[in-house]
Amino acid sequence: MSKGLALFALLMRDMKLALRSPGDLINPLIFFLLVVTLFPLGSAAGEAHWLAEKGGTIIWVAALLASLWATDALFRADFDSGMLEQLALAPEPLWFTLLIRILVHWTLSGLPLALLSPLLGIMYGLDLGHCGVLLVTLLLGTPQLSLVGAVGAGLMLGVRRSGVLLSLLILPFYIPVLILGTGALDAAVRELPWVAPLLWQAMLLMLAVTLAPLGAAAAVRMALDG
Amino acid sequence: MKWTFFHRLSSPKWFYEISGRCLVWTGAAALACTLCGLLWGLLFAPPDYQQGNSYRIIFIHVPAASLALVVYLALAVMSAINFVWKIKLADMAAACLAPIGASFCSLALVTGAIWGKPTWGAWWVWDARLTSMLILLFLYCGLMALRSAFTSQDMASRACAILAMVGLVNIPVIKFSVEWWSTLHQGASLRIVGQSSMDPSMLKPLLVSLAGFYMFCLFVFLLRLRAEVVWREWRTSWVRALLERSAPHVL
Repeated sequence: MSKGLALFALLMRDMKLALRSPGDLINPLIFFLLVVTLFPLGSAAGEAHWLAEKGGTIIWVAALLASLWATDALFRADFDSGMLEQLALAPEPLWFTLLIRILVHWTLSGLPLALLSPLLGIMYGLDLGHCGVLLVTLLLGTPQLSLVGAVGAGLMLGVRRSGVLLSLLILPFYIPVLILGTGALDAAVRELPWVAPLLWQAMLLMLAVTLAPLGAAAAVRMALDG
Repeated sequence: MKWTFFHRLSSPKWFYEISGRCLVWTGAAALACTLCGLLWGLLFAPPDYQQGNSYRIIFIHVPAASLALVVYLALAVMSAINFVWKIKLADMAAACLAPIGASFCSLALVTGAIWGKPTWGAWWVWDARLTSMLILLFLYCGLMALRSAFTSQDMASRACAILAMVGLVNIPVIKFSVEWWSTLHQGASLRIVGQSSMDPSMLKPLLVSLAGFYMFCLFVFLLRLRAEVVWREWRTSWVRALLERSAPHVL
């Protein structure tokens, strides 16, 4: 079997396994929807203006928390079943196979969040154009969350009870993603140029794609040795 | 070139002997410089024409803030050395540096808040430098929590090394993103190259105080690292001999 085929098989395997337990996939989405729904209920009824202005930030923070929650399970099952050990032994470099794992994870957790966001944006009273910007910022931002989270998830493999520790480890790394994501949207709402923060986001995404899998692979190898 | 020198650098025993000789001098220099810098700065330096006496907190705030960053840099370098060459002493150093850096970071945040109240009118503002310092504090806390989460010393050292290096890549990203987001804090008035924008009558005590804080940091670091060396190497014959000489009741 050629290398490309092997990686494709791995991709399909991860997809199939994830789709077999839809509960795990839907839970972060429900969490996301709940948080986003609770904010308008927590503010007074006449503050529609405030919602339209700050709605993007609320959606972003909710997406960030949902993604943080989903990250915890990123490698755990594969680690327990011994799959990660096999991947580490395989001729393909571990960082690449982990990148595939992260890609699948993002497709099933981050991508649905991003795709749902314009709908929520409309509920918050954002313009259609701003909903589009929100969608693009989340499409650029959520893969970064998954990639950075993968390093944290790898580090957590060696720890029995991770709990809050994972949040403490990766939240500092989520902050630039949040700032740039909401920055672009905020600029769009104020009718300022918003392309520059998007380009910065794209740059950070490139940085994360190239470096985070290496960090995750080092972390996973550490957990396997231990 | 003699490589034996390089190898000796990583030997805990050699470090313990050398640091034992430097310890007193470092402590004395730290005490002298800090006392001199603080007395000079707090009592004799002229008051600021706008801020009055409240500016005097910089004699503590600036050294603490600068050390919070420098200590992280040293921690990351030590972690990288440990990760690549598996040098135990480097890991011990990284383990000792985290709480020191966290303390200086907290000190910088607290003194900044105390200064911010009379000057900006608020204890805390969501400003770029404040926020990035807070994130740095979270990074330090994460490193300490991660180290204590592992039961195996070896895994803890590798995990912390990975996290510290990822953090090092991220610090400029965090700094620039936060700066782009909002800034209220003034720019740096100290410059290594070129003219500083501070009057010499205030600059001189600040420099003395900086030197004192750096020596103090080195002193605390040496103390902690010596304790860590004895703690981790207690099975080796030289530590046992040392303990028999100085603290027989421990054995």
